[in-house]
Amino acid sequence: MTSAEVVAVALFAGVTFYAIFGGADFGGGFWDLVAGGAGRGAKPRALIDASIGPVWEANHVWLIFCLVVLWTAFPGAFGSIMLTLFVPLLLAALGIVLRGSGFAFRRVVLRLTNQRVFGAAFAVSSVVVPYCMGAVAGGIASGRVPRGGTAGDLVDSWVNPTSILGGVLAVATCAYLAAVFLTNDARRSGLPELEGYFRRRAIGAALAAGVVALAGIVVLHDDTKRLYDGLVHRGWPLIGLSALAGAGALVMLVREAYRPARALAVAAVATVVWGWGVGQWPYLLPDSLKINAAAAPSATLTAVIIVTVVAVVVVVPALALLYVLDQRSLLESEEPRP
Amino acid sequence: MGALPGLMTLGASSQLPFARTQMAITLGVHIILVPLGVAWPAITLIADYRAIRKGDADSLRLAQRWSKVMAVTFAVGAVTGTVLSFELGLLWPRLMDRFGAAFGIPFAIEGIFFFTEAIFIAIYIYGWKRLRPWPHFWTGVPIMIAGIGGAVSVVAANSWMNQPGGFTLDKAGKVVDVDPLAVIFNRATPYESLHMIIAAYLVGGFLVASVYAVGILKGRTDRYHRIGFLIPFTVAAIAAPAQMVVGDWAARSVYHDQPVKFAAIEAVPRTSTHVPETLGGIYADGKVTGGIEIPDVASLLSGYSVNTRIKGFETVPARDRPPVTPVHLAWDVMVGLGTALTALSLWFAVVWWRRRRMPNTRWFLRAAALSGAAAIAALESGWVVTEVGRQPWIVSGFLRTEDAVTTVGDLWISLVVVLVLYAALAATAILVLRSMAARWRRAATEGELEEESVPYGPRPEMHEVGR
Repeated sequence: MTSAEVVAVALFAGVTFYAIFGGADFGGGFWDLVAGGAGRGAKPRALIDASIGPVWEANHVWLIFCLVVLWTAFPGAFGSIMLTLFVPLLLAALGIVLRGSGFAFRRVVLRLTNQRVFGAAFAVSSVVVPYCMGAVAGGIASGRVPRGGTAGDLVDSWVNPTSILGGVLAVATCAYLAAVFLTNDARRSGLPELEGYFRRRAIGAALAAGVVALAGIVVLHDDTKRLYDGLVHRGWPLIGLSALAGAGALVMLVREAYRPARALAVAAVATVVWGWGVGQWPYLLPDSLKINAAAAPSATLTAVIIVTVVAVVVVVPALALLYVLDQRSLLESEEPRP
Repeated sequence: MGALPGLMTLGASSQLPFARTQMAITLGVHIILVPLGVAWPAITLIADYRAIRKGDADSLRLAQRWSKVMAVTFAVGAVTGTVLSFELGLLWPRLMDRFGAAFGIPFAIEGIFFFTEAIFIAIYIYGWKRLRPWPHFWTGVPIMIAGIGGAVSVVAANSWMNQPGGFTLDKAGKVVDVDPLAVIFNRATPYESLHMIIAAYLVGGFLVASVYAVGILKGRTDRYHRIGFLIPFTVAAIAAPAQMVVGDWAARSVYHDQPVKFAAIEAVPRTSTHVPETLGGIYADGKVTGGIEIPDVASLLSGYSVNTRIKGFETVPARDRPPVTPVHLAWDVMVGLGTALTALSLWFAVVWWRRRRMPNTRWFLRAAALSGAAAIAALESGWVVTEVGRQPWIVSGFLRTEDAVTTVGDLWISLVVVLVLYAALAATAILVLRSMAARWRRAATEGELEEESVPYGPRPEMHEVGR
């Protein structure tokens, strides 16, 4: 394996973490959006707020990790992606601003009208951002980003069957992950009513995401033959694993075993993301730019690998601490210590 | 969307003003939040330390409230910083695809610091209730360290744009070899990053202190307000004189390493000795009009001698010169405000030294109340000096800004959207922070029970469902 390929795998690991942890936070925004009026939606929204609050900023950093690794290790591909997919990436960036500040502001204002405005900014952008990210992934995966710093089609690159599939699949998997996580959080907080509320939604979202994923295989067959071939010939074990994990998660949800359901849901989504990676391997920009050809000089790659190793050594234990404290309900409120 | 393909034919040059304005606005907003991310955790930890060590209830309440406000400013800082990451690619794709292999490395390191900061700020902010005091205090320390490390990393990348090094180009201008350490520790990194770290403490300190100065002026002279003023003001009062020394070092380094930028700073049309220090004035056609000249001082400051030769603009062709007047005036504003803030710090220090209390005249408090805005103005001016002074280059001597800008999209549309969004964001942030302060004041004066968290919908009710 070349060092460029090592970095590509690290980059893809970053994409996976962002899809799962960042995705679950975005999905929280989705359920916030569809929770109904202020009265009816108050309880689920309060749980969503409490669940996302301590972790969303740390989870968001995976995106930064992916961006910096991409532009440092594969600068040419980064330039091409940014040129071609200008519109969805700009929308995603502005959506991230609206979402983060909307969420932070909503927590600290008292008046309902203000909470509504900030809540809407948070919730709507929580759907727009993953859609755009999924559309970007679809544009790249379907070979619509040409190499060499020339712009591809500014519209077709993200308004095409594979991009629409990517966007819808991203929103669906975010909602699915969030519902599963929130079901577990509701039980941990001793809230049976909300537990049932999110359990029903988790089951619904699981079925929806499964249908989208299956339909996706047909879409890829028609729109992106190369990705389809890669996925079916090389990536079939991943498709199988994803289906098994998804079905297992569904069973666990029905049987109210939420912790295994959570692990299986994560596996089901992670394998879909890897399916994308395996499907387009060894291309960074399918059909035009291979990973090795896109790579920065070797000293840069070494630097990125060192940074990644340091990140694993420093960040992973810190993240584990955050999640453990969070799951033990030690980060529950901002009230003064006794 | 229909207009997009049609306007794709727009040349790069017509995109340039829009791209630069958008970058300036988004960076100009983000830079105000940086000191709050870098310095405020340290200021809060001082209050937290006093709270634990001395059992001081006022310090404890300050630390808790500061950490709540920090939760808001850090969130806005995180997302506006993310926008900058996107913009590096969206607005300047040619910078990234040509030099990302070198320029990107400091950002990769910054990623680790940002992670650490985001993780521990969450633990600190949300840990007040359930974590024990000392462990909780220590979860705040990594935030402070990561804030400094992250700022150094990002400023190292900016320094590299001013003093590029650590890479080899082939004949086609492609980066073929990189020396990562030489990229990170380029010639400008030491003074630029130290200058920015101190600026963060200076701005963060004066900004927080100015809020309490206003409170004291309005008659809220209790111990809570005085401590709320004294902790951040002391931090800023230490930073301000140190910044004069570091700033002087930075200026003389620019004199040696970036003579064209220095010529813009001092508005020097022709190379000469005995260059006067010109305060204010408009530069046009090789002359400064309307400024006040102090004879020989620019030469004296640059090389400790009136015979110091300062290079003028005639050394480079017109197309390689930055716009002079904005750089020159921004420089004057930065140095003027920095000097005034140092004087204010010395006033405070002298009274404290002689009387063991803060100056109690209203004039001191009025000046302190303005110090936050003044510090922000100095910070923004400093960035104008370094960024506009680097023009017309995005990578000094290697890549022109006009050659780095994107060729696609309608940047005026994205500029308008960004303008509206950031104006709304700034206004909202100020309103929200003011409403938090007003709520805390009501809690203090009316003896109300302070509501400690404000979820969307009453939280207690959520728990009642479970019981």
